[in-house]
Amino acid sequence: GFKGKKGSDGKYTVTLIEGDGIGPEISQSVKDIYSAANVPIKWETVDVTPRLKDGKTVIPDEAIESVNKNYVALKGPLATPVGKGHVSLNLTLRRTFNLFANVRPCRSIVGFKTPYDNVDTVLIRENTEGEYSGIEHVVVDGVVQSIKLITRDACERVLRFAFQHADAIGRKKVRAVHKATIMKMSDGLFLRTAHDVAKEFPHIEFDAELLDNTCLKMVTDPTPYNDKVLVMPNLYGDILSDMCAGLIGGLGLTPSGNIGDECSIFEAVHGSAPDIAGKQLANPTALLLSSIMMLQHMGLNEYAENIQQAIFKTIAEGKTITGDLGGSAKTYEYADAVIKALK
Amino acid sequence: PLDKTTTFGGKTTVTLIPGDGIGAEVSESVKEVFKAVNAPIQWEQVDVSGMEIGDKHMEDLFRESIASVKRNKVALKGILHTPVERSGHQSFNVALRQELDIFASLTSIKNLPGIETRHKNVDFCIIRENTEGEYSGLEHQSVNGVVESLKIITREKSERIAKFAFAFALANNRKKITCIHKANIMKLADGLFRNTFKKMAENYPTLECNDMIVDNASMQCVSKPQQFDVMVMPNLYGGILSNIGAGLVGGPGVVPGCNMGNEIALFEPGCRHVGLDIKGKDQANPTALLLSAVMMLRHLGHHAHADLIERAVLGVIAEGKTRTRDVGGDATTQQFTRAILDKVEQL
Ligand SMILES: Nc1ncnc2c1ncn2[C@@H]1O[C@H](COP(=O)(O)OP(=O)(O)OP(=O)(O)O)[C@@H](O)[C@H]1O
Ligand SMILES: Nc1ncnc2c1ncn2[C@@H]1O[C@H](COP(=O)(O)OP(=O)(O)OP(=O)(O)O)[C@@H](O)[C@H]1O
Ligand SMILES: [Mg+2]
Ligand SMILES: [Mg+2]
Repeated sequence: GFKGKKGSDGKYTVTLIEGDGIGPEISQSVKDIYSAANVPIKWETVDVTPRLKDGKTVIPDEAIESVNKNYVALKGPLATPVGKGHVSLNLTLRRTFNLFANVRPCRSIVGFKTPYDNVDTVLIRENTEGEYSGIEHVVVDGVVQSIKLITRDACERVLRFAFQHADAIGRKKVRAVHKATIMKMSDGLFLRTAHDVAKEFPHIEFDAELLDNTCLKMVTDPTPYNDKVLVMPNLYGDILSDMCAGLIGGLGLTPSGNIGDECSIFEAVHGSAPDIAGKQLANPTALLLSSIMMLQHMGLNEYAENIQQAIFKTIAEGKTITGDLGGSAKTYEYADAVIKALK
Repeated sequence: PLDKTTTFGGKTTVTLIPGDGIGAEVSESVKEVFKAVNAPIQWEQVDVSGMEIGDKHMEDLFRESIASVKRNKVALKGILHTPVERSGHQSFNVALRQELDIFASLTSIKNLPGIETRHKNVDFCIIRENTEGEYSGLEHQSVNGVVESLKIITREKSERIAKFAFAFALANNRKKITCIHKANIMKLADGLFRNTFKKMAENYPTLECNDMIVDNASMQCVSKPQQFDVMVMPNLYGGILSNIGAGLVGGPGVVPGCNMGNEIALFEPGCRHVGLDIKGKDQANPTALLLSAVMMLRHLGHHAHADLIERAVLGVIAEGKTRTRDVGGDATTQQFTRAILDKVEQL
C-alpha cells in the first residue's frame, strides 16, 4: 500500500519528472487539470538528467531523495539515447527504486475506433529479471549465450502483487502466462510459484495459460480477458502489453504503473516524440491516465473518477481532440475541454 | 527436389505423422481428398504421440518417425502434445525439428475470402529459426529457487535463416523483409541475429529490408498488419507472432506452414496447436493441414493436384455454406471434407 502522508496543508507531495520532448507540455496539461479538479496534490518537479558518477550512470541524488520521501512519482517520457552501451534511464529508475512490477491496463476509448471494441485488459509484468538480466556472453566467436534468470523470490513478489492488485481493482480471476512446455525449469518455477501463491488467495480464481494460447485468443477476441488480471515473466509481459496497447489504438493512449516495495512511479509508455515537441500537438491522455492510476494507488478515488470521466467524455464527443486521434486541437485546448467536462 | 524422394510405382512415399488431439481427424480429411484427386502420394503413417510420459513404445515410435522422415525426405505432420509436467523430457515437436535439422519454419498468415475477420488484406509470412534460441533446452538450477535458462544464438544459424528468408522472398515474389528482434535488451544475442541479417541483406539489393523490435512488431500486427510481407526472427518470437498472426486471419485451423532443412521438408500447420479440447468431436477445421499438404504437393512438383485441392478448399470456404465452428459455421469436419470432395467433382 501507499505510505505517503498528507502535509500540514492537507496535500500530498508528488514527485514530477516532466521528461524530454513533449514531456513538459503534457505535464502542464496534467498540472492544469489537477488544479482545476482541486486534487490535493503538490508537485515537486525534479530533473533526472543522468550524471556520470565513478564511471556509472546515476540519477541526481535530489531526484532519488524526492521519490524516497514522497513514495510516489509521475513521469513523462525520457529520450533513450541509442546504442553506446548506455544503461537506459528507465532501467536505472527501475533498479534504483526496485520497481518489481509493471502494471499495464488497456481499455478501449469510446470515440476512438479500432478493430477491437470493449477491450479492458490488465496485465502485470515482472520487471526485474528474466530475459532482461543483462547477462550475456560470447562463448566463442559467432556463438552467444544470453541468460534468462528466474528466481523464486522475484516470482513470488510479482505474483503476490498480481493477486493483491486483482483485489484492489475488484477482479476475481488471476491468470499466469508462461511457456513451461519449452522452458521447463525457468517458466516451470514461475508456474509452480504461481500455484503456491494462489493458495493464499482462495477467494480469487487462479489458472494458467500457455503464452501461445494467450496471443492467439487475445487477438481473436480480447473480451474474455476483461474479468482477469494477467501476470507473466518480463519478456512476455513486455511483448503482450504492447500488443494490448495495439488493440486500443497504440501507446499514445496507454498508461502504466511501476510498483516497488516502497515507491511507485506512474508513467506514459510512449516516447518523447521529438518530432512534435514544443508545438502543442502532443496528446496528454496517456500521462493523464497514468496519473489516474496514481490517484487510485494513493486512495484518491473520487478525484480519479472525476478526471477520468472528463477525459472519456471529451474524447467521445470528438470535438476537441489532438491530431493523433484525428482531431485538430492543441494540447492546451484539449486540456481546457477536459477541465470544462469536470464535475 | 524430386530426385531426393522415394518414388514407388509412380508414387512418392511421404511420411504422415497425424499427431495428437485433432491430428487423426484432420489427417483423415487430407487422405480422403488426396485419394479423390488421385494425388501420386503413398503415405507411410507413424502414429507417434506425445501424450504418455516416459513410455518405451512411444520412444520407439518417435525413433521410427525420425527414420521414416529421413528416408522419405518429405513429411506431413500434425502436432504432438507436450505435457507441462514432462520434466527432463523435451517436446517431441522440438526434438524432431532439431534431430532432422529442419531449421526454417514458415507460417503463412493470409486472409481467406469467406472468413470474416477484423483485419482485411493481411498477407504475410513468418520465417522462424527453428533449432536454437530460447528452445535450446539448456537450463539449470544453480541454487534452490534460482534458475538459469540459456538462449543460444549463433552466427551460423542466423546466417542460414537469413539466407533462407531472402531466397524465399525472391522465389515467392515478395518485396520486403522485416527482421524481428529485441537487440535493445539482448544486445549480444539478438544483436548477432540482427547484424547477421543486415549483412546478408547486402546480397539482395532488390529487396526492401528493415528491422523492428518484437514488442513493437506485436503492436503493429494488431493495428496495421498490412505493412508486413516477410518477417524473419529467432525461435520464441516466431511462436508469439505466428499465434498473433493466426488470430488475425481466423485461428490455427486455417493457417498452413512448413519446416525446411537442407534435405528435408516437413509440412505442418503453421500455428502449432494440438486441439485436445475438441479431439474426437468431429469439430476440427482441416484447412490448415490441407493447405500445408497443398504446399507439399507444390514442393514435390505436383502442381495440378495442388491447384485442384487448393481451389476446392478455398472455394468451399468462399461460398460460406459449409464451414467449421472455429470460423463461424456449424459443419463437422466430415461435412466440410464432404463439401470439398463435392467441389473437386465440380471443378
Ligand atoms: N502523446 C503523444 N501525442 C501525440 N503523438 C504522439 C504521442 N506520443 C508519441 N506520439 C507520436 O508517435 C510517434 C512515436 O513517438 P515516440 O515518442 O513513442 O517514439 P520516439 O519518437 O522514438 O521517441 P523516443 O526516442 O523518446 O522513444 C511519434 O512520431 C510521435 O509523433
Ligand atoms: N484445426 C483446428 N480446428 C479448429 N480449432 C482448432 C484447430 N486447432 C486448434 N484449434 C483450437 O485452438 C485452441 C488452441 O488449441 P490448443 O491445442 O493450444 O489448446 P490447448 O487445450 O491449450 O492445448 P495445449 O495446452 O496443448 O496448447 C483450442 O481451443 C483448439 O480447439
Ligand atoms: Mg515494450
Ligand atoms: Mg497449444
